[in-house]
Amino acid sequence: MMKRLLICLVALMLAGPVFAQNGPLRLTITDGVIEPITFAAPSFQAETPEAIQVASEMSRLVVQDLAGTGLFREVPASAFISQISSFAQPVAFADWRAINAQALVVGAVNVQGDSMTVKFRVYDVFSGQELGTGLQFAGTATGWRRMGHKVADAVYGRITGEGGYFDSRVVFVAESGPKDNRQKRLAIMDFDGANVQFLTDSSTIVLAPRFSPSGDRVLYTSFESGFPRINVLNVANVGRQQLQTAAGEMAFSPRFSRDGRQVIYSLSNGGNTDIYRTDLSTGQHVRLTSAPSIETAPSLSPDGSQIVFESDRSGAQQIYIMSANGGEARRISSGDGRYGSPVWSPRGDLVAFTKQNAGRFHIGVMRIDGSEERLLTSSFLDEGPTWSPNGRVIMFTRETQGAGGTSSVYSVDISGRNLKAVPLQGGASDPSWGPLQP
Amino acid sequence: MTLFKKAAIVLLVLATAACTNPDRFGAGSGAGGGAGSGFGADGGLAGSASDPTSPAFFNQTIGDRVLFAVDTSTLTPAGKVILDGQAQWLLANTDYRSVIEGHADEQGTREYNLALGFRRANAVREYLVSRGVPTGRLEVTSFGKERPIEVCSEETCYAQNRRAVTVLSFSALTS
Repeated sequence: MMKRLLICLVALMLAGPVFAQNGPLRLTITDGVIEPITFAAPSFQAETPEAIQVASEMSRLVVQDLAGTGLFREVPASAFISQISSFAQPVAFADWRAINAQALVVGAVNVQGDSMTVKFRVYDVFSGQELGTGLQFAGTATGWRRMGHKVADAVYGRITGEGGYFDSRVVFVAESGPKDNRQKRLAIMDFDGANVQFLTDSSTIVLAPRFSPSGDRVLYTSFESGFPRINVLNVANVGRQQLQTAAGEMAFSPRFSRDGRQVIYSLSNGGNTDIYRTDLSTGQHVRLTSAPSIETAPSLSPDGSQIVFESDRSGAQQIYIMSANGGEARRISSGDGRYGSPVWSPRGDLVAFTKQNAGRFHIGVMRIDGSEERLLTSSFLDEGPTWSPNGRVIMFTRETQGAGGTSSVYSVDISGRNLKAVPLQGGASDPSWGPLQP
Repeated sequence: MTLFKKAAIVLLVLATAACTNPDRFGAGSGAGGGAGSGFGADGGLAGSASDPTSPAFFNQTIGDRVLFAVDTSTLTPAGKVILDGQAQWLLANTDYRSVIEGHADEQGTREYNLALGFRRANAVREYLVSRGVPTGRLEVTSFGKERPIEVCSEETCYAQNRRAVTVLSFSALTS
């Protein structure tokens, strides 16, 4: 099943050359226009003959991860003046300054049988300093992509001062078949669309999977019984269990609490839909809303104290915040149109949402008091945002118009830049972005 | 892992929930009244539409579905006429029960459309109950926007997709 990759971190004890300090290279991510940092990443050194191919592929993956953020721009190898022929050799900074590479990533890969190590260093070319210290990751040869993502996360972290998101996975719904007979299966992928694995077959409709905070389990809605019910799926062994629901009740739109012990979700009974919380260890249910309107799509704040959700109590879908124990709610959305599927950001300061207005759908973000609404996308149908682990990127579903309409998973920066489809075979919807892997 | 095991105690095993409802996506086995088959338009039709006791009569002559305006669950006058016919038929043919399926068009978010589908299905259920159909013979579910019958992205299709369908099954075959 899911191969668990053992990663160990080893700081390389090695003194780098010392140059005059001009202030370290640092990219501060803001909402304004960002001039990308230029970087060079020569093909990683192969320390064993078995490592030749993977060293080259891994350095390409690091480049792809970094350049894919839109925050970094690669200086192509064709521009290089000096070559890196050994991980240990002193860096000829002047040669990299001359081609205007602000950062330099050098690495070396060692493969022996199924065990692999990669070590790397990141240099601030213009100050001639190493950024941080060299690191080494160890794992299996088949897990080389994860090791590459870890290198890219480290480079991203050293230059931006923020956590990365490359060594993470996304659970989603893989779609096939025509619009009036769509087949849906739960699937999991790396954040970049690689390594797709299916978690269910297509015998029943499955919707809106949600990762647990640690990434070990997935909540999703299944129509296996003919009625929407919530299942808990263990990612490692794909074992499934159903959240207990009384006859005549339909449960959907689940999310884990931050400690993974509770589920908040919607329950419909007698045509009315409200928000409930169930403790997974005791099975105890608590009803959190009781209005006759539709209350759904709950999402907890990072500290677990509040819930953002949508309700049509005003006559149309709007976004509200209430205490995690229920009670009075305050409306935060105030613009034209309808607002749904709110998701609290990992940093706690923003809510991502779906907005429907004048025949178009948008993914947007607003502050938790409803101010500074910013629409990031616009299309025939965009919906269902999910946050990257570092809160810088949002993935969502985009569906195209008409009889041949299909769904794809897209990502966009919270600045609205860098909109792109996650490359996947076939249709895909309802992404839920998991945590950085251990 | 420990937590997951504890959770298992209070969770129902998935498989146990699957058997009490008609397999409405079964391919056309309804013609012979096969066990567990529904008689909705998505499955096979049973009997002749000219036989007033047949599911085919219910589905075609009376009409198995009612339509809704955008973002509403209010029954229209035309819908009530159809539901009056459904109620009469259900009262006369007591071997049948039904699952009322609510649906929405694609112009909405997934969760909201599920909840909206429930509202529509429940509006039909309450109307049928008001006409004397026992509540125990009527279940409701919602497919939200997951099962459109028309696929264009225009109002002509949306109008057909905003529906509640009364899907018949044999009482004897369900618990």
